[in-house]
Amino acid sequence: MRAVRIAAAIGALLCTSCGSRGVRAHLHEPFPAQLSAWRLFAGDPAALKPNAGVIPYDLNTPLFSDYATKYRFVWMPPGTHATYNPTEVFDFPVGTIFSKTFAYPDAGRGGKQRIIETRLLVHTESGWATLPYVWNAAQTGATLDVAADPTTVHWVHPSGKLYSIDYVIPNTNQCKGCHDRSKVVTPIGPKARNLNKDFDYPEGRENQLTYWTKIGYLRGAPPPDQAPKLPVWNDPASGSLDARARAYLEMNCAHCHNPQGPANNTGLYLLAAQTDPMRMGLCKVPVSAGQGSGDLLFDVVQGKPEESILVHRMESNTPKIMMPELGRTVVHQEGVALIREWIASLHGTCREAPALTPLVRQ
Amino acid sequence: MLKTSASLLALALGFTLLTSCAKKDSGLAAGPDFQKRFQEALIAAKPGTVIQLPEGRLDLDRGLSLSVDNVTIRGMGIEKTILSFKNQKTGPAGLQVTANGFTIEDLAIEDTKGDALKINGANGVTVRRVRTEWTGGPSEKNGSYGIYPVQCKNVLVEESVAIGAADAGIYVGQSSNIIVRRSRAEANVAGIEIENSRFADVYDNTATHNTGGILVFNLPDLPVKGGGNTRVFNNDVEENNTQNFGAKGSMVAKVPTGTGVIVLATNHVEVFKNTIKNNNTANVSVISYFTTGNPINDASYDPFPEAIYIHDNTISGGGTAPGGEYAEALAPVVGKHLPEILFDGVVNPKQLTAAKRLPEDLRICIQNNGDASFMNYDAGGHFKHISRDLRPYTCSLAPLSAVNLPAPAAGAPAGGN
Repeated sequence: MRAVRIAAAIGALLCTSCGSRGVRAHLHEPFPAQLSAWRLFAGDPAALKPNAGVIPYDLNTPLFSDYATKYRFVWMPPGTHATYNPTEVFDFPVGTIFSKTFAYPDAGRGGKQRIIETRLLVHTESGWATLPYVWNAAQTGATLDVAADPTTVHWVHPSGKLYSIDYVIPNTNQCKGCHDRSKVVTPIGPKARNLNKDFDYPEGRENQLTYWTKIGYLRGAPPPDQAPKLPVWNDPASGSLDARARAYLEMNCAHCHNPQGPANNTGLYLLAAQTDPMRMGLCKVPVSAGQGSGDLLFDVVQGKPEESILVHRMESNTPKIMMPELGRTVVHQEGVALIREWIASLHGTCREAPALTPLVRQ
Repeated sequence: MLKTSASLLALALGFTLLTSCAKKDSGLAAGPDFQKRFQEALIAAKPGTVIQLPEGRLDLDRGLSLSVDNVTIRGMGIEKTILSFKNQKTGPAGLQVTANGFTIEDLAIEDTKGDALKINGANGVTVRRVRTEWTGGPSEKNGSYGIYPVQCKNVLVEESVAIGAADAGIYVGQSSNIIVRRSRAEANVAGIEIENSRFADVYDNTATHNTGGILVFNLPDLPVKGGGNTRVFNNDVEENNTQNFGAKGSMVAKVPTGTGVIVLATNHVEVFKNTIKNNNTANVSVISYFTTGNPINDASYDPFPEAIYIHDNTISGGGTAPGGEYAEALAPVVGKHLPEILFDGVVNPKQLTAAKRLPEDLRICIQNNGDASFMNYDAGGHFKHISRDLRPYTCSLAPLSAVNLPAPAAGAPAGGN
């Protein structure tokens, strides 16, 4: 009897904020085996209709993920809020849930959408947890799979090309591999500069920073025109070629290539705010690229995309050469085109010091 | 009575739980889904977990990763448990580790597409009786690094074997407190490479049939620089004459075929009591970064080798068929054979004393190496002042102190078999 009462009390503790149909945050292991247990979506699961308090959002320039369509949502416990930061990821309260769902128009089913996976990033009391849920073929639900096998998907690119790929669902460690800042799991996308854009809410179009502030999810944000803003990588109206290329590199490379990231050993740092030309790859010798260098001498050679290791690695699908290492199996043709155009627009030369140059001697 | 058996049961249960807590052994069987089960075990591991792998060839088609501290991965033997990545489709490495207190022993990692075993940012690394190999022999298609700790502290690599890496077989980069001992590096571009690292002891190893045997490098443009305090002793460095098969942009692609030991732009290096034989370009080279021909865009980088002490080595049979740019350029001046020990003669003008010499404690000292021949080839002066006179270099430096690792890394008894 006493045991029952304790269990009830624990249950109440865990679920003080959730109504019978509200979102249910699970902040301890074991995490639920079914995505539905989180109650992020209401009704037909595959419709991804957000539950109360679950807010869709978008980024100015996203990470390329094999051309998948991505649906992003955020939820915070009632009465809590994130704190604005002009340069870093916002400070999100314990209980925050980010959900990102990956889908394709399935060429095998007449272009009907097939949802592959939903990744949750949950702010537990002991830090952020990464939870990959894999959708079933019937699209009725998704199951937690910490080390899922790849799955074959077919879709038609707007160019008309049919793609058939073994889509790789990252395992929990691979999630951590990208969401790693000084070895602490951290969100990547929700920074001011990337959220500072309009979104079509059911109530109408509004800037995301403004909307989050209005609903109580964000405090401390300035008006959008005073907040930093990344351009949209493929919208020339949103920024210069240089700014769009740097935004693309930040979102596709800098989660590892920053001084606190997993690729900090390379000394190549690709945040858009990077100002040291060598650190962003200009005439930088690929000291630890091993064979990734592709017989080329520098990461970026001004004016010469074909001589730039950066392009070589973006254009490769070979595991030891390709960059990013994770999260894609096909080349992002449009992204490569942008980076090629950017490098071609740069001026300067990388003079390899001629061998046997006299310097000093004893 | 009922009560008693219930408590007995509870006791028994508790006991089972306790013992399983203490051992935390996670044995994996071969068979279907091995890839998935292994990766799940790596994710589910808790500090203290030992993942025991079975005997046999275990086929994997994706890279594996571990991020839990104090985990041991243990096979049944360096020739018995073989993780084969011949059919690897994704992942930049065979096994990527980003966890402290990591131990891996008694297994082989073969034919990965990229690096074999990469350990990044760990404090406490033990690699014991591990073989990394590309089984098709030297090829530019092989992966870059075999055993590859980078930005680690307290690293022990022992009784291990690295074969066929298209960059370096055993490569320790941007790390500190390192022991590489009783290991064998064969048919790699670089056999054993200590790069941008401090406090390393490399001893009792064999480096043979690589392009270059043992490399001590300090390179620019990396976040961790100032490599040094490295001792290379009691190693066997012979016949490293495999044609260089490194990718052109990589640093090791510049290593001339036929290189024994190179000290590049690193300070405080002691090379002693090694047997260095029959390396066709040079048995021992001490060079500045300028000699690589690469530009230096890094203001905080020190390109000069200083405080180098090469003594009491057995050196013979080198320089008989020199390779590389320098040998070509030198041939008209010095002929087709090179001496056993080469120094490019480039020193930092800011360090020179009034007598135009390096200060006592930063000298290049070369002595007691039998009758091994020597040449300062004056790379900075177009080979105009080549000197074969060893007398200016006949001196000694204070011996460097030994590397001591904290107990768990250095002294852990071998488990398994």
